[in-house]
Amino acid sequence: MTTMRIRANKFLKKIAEKILPILTILFLLTVVWYFFTIYLNSAMQIDKYDRQGISWNISKLVLDTMSQERPKLPAPHQIAEEIWKTTVEKKITSKRSLIYHSSITLSSTIVGFMLGTVLGVVLAVSIVENRAMESSLMPWIIASQTIPILAIAPMIIVVLNSLGFSGLLPKALISTYLSFFPIVVGMVKGLRSPDIILVDLMKTYNSSKVDIFFKLRLPASVPFLFTSMKVAIAISLVGAIVGELPTGAVAGLGARLLTGSYYGQTIQIWSALIMASILAATLVFSIQAIGYLVSKKMGYTNEEA
Amino acid sequence: MRKLSNILLTFALFFSAMCFVSSTISFSESNIIVLILSIVGILLGLRLFFPFFASFYYDLFIGVATIIFVILNLHEDLPIGSWPLIFSSWLYSWLAVEKIMQKQFETDYSSTIRNFVAPIFFGVWIIFFWEVATVGLKIPVVILPSPSVIGIKFIASLDILWADFIQTFVKSALIGYLIGCSSGLLIAILIDSSPFLKRGLLPIGNFISALPIIGVAPIMVMWFGFDWESKAAVVVIMTFFPMLVNTITGLSISSQIEKDLMKTYGASYSQTLFFLRLHGAAPFIFNALKINSTLALIGAIVAEFFGTPIVGVGFRISTEVGRMNLDMVWAEITVAALVGTITYGIITFIEKRLTFWHPSIRGN
Repeated sequence: MTTMRIRANKFLKKIAEKILPILTILFLLTVVWYFFTIYLNSAMQIDKYDRQGISWNISKLVLDTMSQERPKLPAPHQIAEEIWKTTVEKKITSKRSLIYHSSITLSSTIVGFMLGTVLGVVLAVSIVENRAMESSLMPWIIASQTIPILAIAPMIIVVLNSLGFSGLLPKALISTYLSFFPIVVGMVKGLRSPDIILVDLMKTYNSSKVDIFFKLRLPASVPFLFTSMKVAIAISLVGAIVGELPTGAVAGLGARLLTGSYYGQTIQIWSALIMASILAATLVFSIQAIGYLVSKKMGYTNEEA
Repeated sequence: MRKLSNILLTFALFFSAMCFVSSTISFSESNIIVLILSIVGILLGLRLFFPFFASFYYDLFIGVATIIFVILNLHEDLPIGSWPLIFSSWLYSWLAVEKIMQKQFETDYSSTIRNFVAPIFFGVWIIFFWEVATVGLKIPVVILPSPSVIGIKFIASLDILWADFIQTFVKSALIGYLIGCSSGLLIAILIDSSPFLKRGLLPIGNFISALPIIGVAPIMVMWFGFDWESKAAVVVIMTFFPMLVNTITGLSISSQIEKDLMKTYGASYSQTLFFLRLHGAAPFIFNALKINSTLALIGAIVAEFFGTPIVGVGFRISTEVGRMNLDMVWAEITVAALVGTITYGIITFIEKRLTFWHPSIRGN
C-alpha cells in the first residue's frame, strides 16, 4: 500500500513540477491571444458599425471582434472551428480537406527526410573513416548550410520541373538538403563518441577496422542519430512547406498558406499554420518514441538516450 | 588507409591509360598536351609497382596542369582524351590532398596552411567540374549556368545586387536579427529568476523552435505592409525562440559551487549574473546567434515571396526565375551565400575571442 502511495505522490509531484507550469504558460498565451484579437480587430469592427449606423457597446464589440469573417487576428476558437470543419467534416479526397493537403506535405517531408538521413549517415561515415574527406568536406558542408536554400527553393523547383521532375521529388530534395546537415553533425559526434580506451580494447582483441565500426562505433552513435533525426524531421517539414509556395503549387499546406494570403483568408492561413505545427509535433514525437524504444532494446539507460 | 590510396591510384592509372590510348588513336597537333599529360599520369601510376615518383608535388602538378589546360581550351572543342584526363588528375589531386593531410608539420603556421589546402582544393575542383560540365556538355543556361557566366552577370549587375543587399540583408534581416536576438536574451534573463515560468516556457520554447514559423510570413505581410518592416517582423519571430531557449539553458549551466563562491564574495544578483552566469551562458548564446544568422536570411528572403516592393533578394529571385534569367538568380544566390558565410565567420571569430576559455575552443 505504502509503495502505491509513494508512487502516487511521485506522480502528483511530477504533474505539479512539469505539467502545471506548461499549462499556466499556455493559459497565459491564450489570454494574450484573445486580448490581441479584440485589440487588433476592434478598429475595423467600429468602422463597420459607423458605416452601417449600428449603435454599439463594449460587450457587443468584444463578441463581434471574435466572429469576423476576415479578421486581422482570428480568435483561437475560430481556428479550431475551421480545422474541425476542414478535417473531420470534409471527405479526405476533397480539395478543401486539410488532411488531404497535410498528407501531400507529409509524403514529401518523409521522402526528403529519408534521403537526407541516408546521405547524412554516408557522409558522416566517410568523414570519420577518412581524414582527407573530413578536411575537404566539412568546411563545405558547413558553408552549404549558410546558403539560404529555402530562399532559392522556387528556382530549384522550376529547374527540376523543366528537367521533367515534378510533383513530389523536387520538394523532397529541398527537405533532403536541409535535413542532411544535422544528421552529419550528430553522426560524426556519435561515431567518435566511444572512448579511446574502448577502441584500444577492440584493438587488443585484434578486431579489424570494419569490426570496430560495426560493433563499437555504430551502436554508440544510435542515441546521437535519433537526437539529430528529431531536428532533421522538423526542418524537412519546413522545407516541404516552403517548397510548395512557388510556381502555383495547387496542393499541400504551403499552397494553402499562399492561396490564403492571396485572398486575405486569415482563418485559412492560421489553420494551415496550426495544422503544420500539429504535424511537426507528431513527427518529432514519433521519432522520439522510436528512439526511446530502440535505445531500450539496445540496453541504453534513459539518461544516455 | 593504404588500401584506399591504392584503389585511387589504380583508377587514376586506368584513366591515364584510357587517355593515352584515345589520344594516340585520334592524334593531331591540338591534343599533344593531352598526350604528354597522359604519359605523366601513367608514369605516376606506375608507383603501384615500382617505388618512384612518390612525392605529392607530382600529383599536385598534374592536377593543376590539367585544370589550366582544360580551362584554356574549354571554348573550342575539347580533345576526346581530355575527359579521362580530367578524371585521372582529379584522383591524383585527391591523393595529393590525402598525403598532405598525413604529413606532420613542425610549425603552427604551415599546419594552418595545411588545414586550408584541402577545402580550397575541393572547392576549386567542384567549380572546375561545374564549368567543364556546363560548357563542355553544353548544358543550357536555363538549367544550370556555368560559374563564368554567373561571375560575368554578377559584375555586370553590381548596382542591382547592392540595392537588393541593402533592402533584404541590412534592412530586413539585420534589424530583425538584432531585435529578435536582444529581446530573446532579455526575456530569458527576466524569466530566469522565476523557476516556475522557466519550467513552463522551456518546453514550449523548444517546441515552437521546431515549428515551421516561416508560415507566419503572409500574416506579417498583412499586418505590417509590403516594405521591410514585415520581413523584419518575421525575422524577429524566427530568431526569438532559439535565443530564448539557448539563453535559459545556458544560464542554468553554472554550478552550485560557483554560485556559492560568488555568494561568499558578497556578490549581488546582478554581479553574479554579469560576472559568472552570463559568461557560462556565452557558448549557448553564440550557438543561438549562429543558428539565427541563417534563420534571419531565410526569413527575410522567403517573406518577400508574399508581397514586396520591387527590390530585394527574394523578389529578384522569384521574378527572374519567372523570366528564366537563371544567371541573375545564381548571382543573387552568390550574394546570399557570401553574406551567410561571412556572417557565420564573423560570429565564429567573435566567439573564439570571447569564449577562449571554453573546452570546445581550447581543444582546437
